[in-house]
Amino acid sequence: MKSVTIQLETLTCPSCIQKIEGALKGLDGVDRDSVKVMFNASKAKANFDEDKVSVEKIEESITKMGYEVKKSKVK
Amino acid sequence: MQRFILKNKNRITLLSAILIATAYISKWTVGNMEVFTWALIIASVIGALPIAIQAYQALRVKVVSIDVLVTIAVIGAFLIQNYEESAIVTFLFLFGAYLEQRTLNQTRSAIKELTEMAPESALKQMENGEFVEVEVDDVDEGDLLLVKTGAKVPVDGTVFSGEGYINEASITGESLPVGKEKDSKVFAGTILENGTIQIVADRVGEDTTFGRIIELVEEAQDSKSQAERFIDRFSKYYTPAVLILAFVVWFITKDVELAITLLVLGCPGALVIGVPVSNVAGIGNGARHGVLLKGSEVITDFSRVDSMVFDKTGTLTVGNPSVSDTIYYDDDSSEVLGYLASIERESDHPLAKAVLQEIGETAFYDVDNTEVVKGGGIVANVNGHRVTVGNVALMEKETVHLSDRALSDVEQLVKSGNSLVLTSVDGELKVLMGVRDQIRPGVKENLHQLKKLGVKNLVMLSGDNQGTVDVVSRELGLTEAHGNMLPEDKSAYIKKLQSEGQIVAFIGDGVNDSPSLALADIGIAMGSGTDVAIETSDVVLMNSDFSRLPHALGLTKATANNMKQNIIIAVGVVLVLFAGLLFSEWVSMSVGMLVHELSILVVILNGMRLLGFKLRS
Repeated sequence: MKSVTIQLETLTCPSCIQKIEGALKGLDGVDRDSVKVMFNASKAKANFDEDKVSVEKIEESITKMGYEVKKSKVK
Repeated sequence: MQRFILKNKNRITLLSAILIATAYISKWTVGNMEVFTWALIIASVIGALPIAIQAYQALRVKVVSIDVLVTIAVIGAFLIQNYEESAIVTFLFLFGAYLEQRTLNQTRSAIKELTEMAPESALKQMENGEFVEVEVDDVDEGDLLLVKTGAKVPVDGTVFSGEGYINEASITGESLPVGKEKDSKVFAGTILENGTIQIVADRVGEDTTFGRIIELVEEAQDSKSQAERFIDRFSKYYTPAVLILAFVVWFITKDVELAITLLVLGCPGALVIGVPVSNVAGIGNGARHGVLLKGSEVITDFSRVDSMVFDKTGTLTVGNPSVSDTIYYDDDSSEVLGYLASIERESDHPLAKAVLQEIGETAFYDVDNTEVVKGGGIVANVNGHRVTVGNVALMEKETVHLSDRALSDVEQLVKSGNSLVLTSVDGELKVLMGVRDQIRPGVKENLHQLKKLGVKNLVMLSGDNQGTVDVVSRELGLTEAHGNMLPEDKSAYIKKLQSEGQIVAFIGDGVNDSPSLALADIGIAMGSGTDVAIETSDVVLMNSDFSRLPHALGLTKATANNMKQNIIIAVGVVLVLFAGLLFSEWVSMSVGMLVHELSILVVILNGMRLLGFKLRS
């Protein structure tokens, strides 16, 4: 398990949170309970299994919804 | 394509505004209905595109978002050929989102200022010995870094060589530069004002003190209170419910216009954004004033506090005992002070430290035959004289005669909360010193402010004897004060208050009082920024600055009120709109959208007021 913190463009609508959360939780390999999208900080955090899903894949699921990914950090 | 449309949302909004303006101008000036209709149709379509895309994406992840409601409403209006409504509603929705973004950035500005102080690059020594600029993420523990004048210290580290003055305001709030030399600790985010130093990285990135503060504030601004979680759950079911309601209404009445108006009126915009906005603005204000509030739950609890329990030493008092009075019983005292200092120099008693500090530079003598009397003091031979240093009991034991004058001095000093250090030479009393832990300057006024803010009980708990505790208590005007308390007695006392139904805040220095900090409803740590207390408490007063406490309490009260106001505004607006729809004619789809967007702006602007909050003195 690794954890990733993704800095997004400024989030403005609270429903964006639900959408991004939904997108991340829908990915195979992402720990559903660990997904956290922070509205004011405009960040997404999640734990994931690097054998099943890559950071690129996670980023892609967010950009596909129309939100820009600024930076991501894996630990 | 999708991304292109979303990226150009602002341009689309502008275009839609121009089209709508064109439509009405051509209608009112030349009466051309063809241009009017077509301009509105185009405005509706391009305006609806980004909203529809967002709605589709939301549905794909099984979320019924506001976009879904608006998209269906716009399509409905389009189908019944009410192009005026469809164009204006899409425009208002997009324009509202734009304004929301602009104003939201304002409320977040205070915290952003903080995070932007984070260092970004470092000069790291490479294998060839040269220093090369790298991103701060590429620095590892143990790396040797160069910091030049004017630059930010990139990591927490230890000075390896060089010296300079560092401004540590970002960590401690103290703006006077601190001198650093070899082996001094330096902190990430502080600024080297002059000099050049090389440092070894001890902690990097999020592990640095500054990184932890930022992470804490970021977590705090997004932490949710119970009320907020309720609103979240509520809106999850609320939007689908509105959708179903609109369908039912349409099915029964066959009135499309009524059904789609319902969809627009049901948008929960202001409700979901109202509380987070107050939260972020309140925490931002705190961060600017040296008060770290850990989340909206803390804000709600703290704003309702009944009793505040203080640790004495280090919290209400400076924690550094010093000599308050020196009384001489002999004309020539310089030699005696030298004897006293020579004896105290060998002791590690806290009182000895205070005495030495008071005497300052003096001539030292050889000391021999030193005897430490437990609970009394020290007896020793200095320069051929028998010197006794200690309390009254020791003097009596050594049969030193205390004159009436000396006895009355002793009484006076004890009454004002002093510990005593008496010095006799060859059985004759020479000097009497009163040592006292000074009350922090301004604490009395601060406590008075807290009382005015509605705190019912101000309680002091201390390990010191009851006499000293009573003196401090009387001087500060506390409600209660208890001495001789061990850490476990303190937490038992807090438990007792809580069982009486009180909301209790505990204010301490965080190290020996951590059980009480954890147990209290609100644990407030006097942190110098480098303390572990940051982690265990709910509120941190940076740089151990007691005077920030009234601001903190006032701020949480203002923030909690602000949240309530925003909820009332949001719910009120929905109720008024629904009532208007049922009982009058003035509510149409675009009026509903306009009122909604206005209410969103109102709650954001209301939250923004918190950024400028100041305690009225």
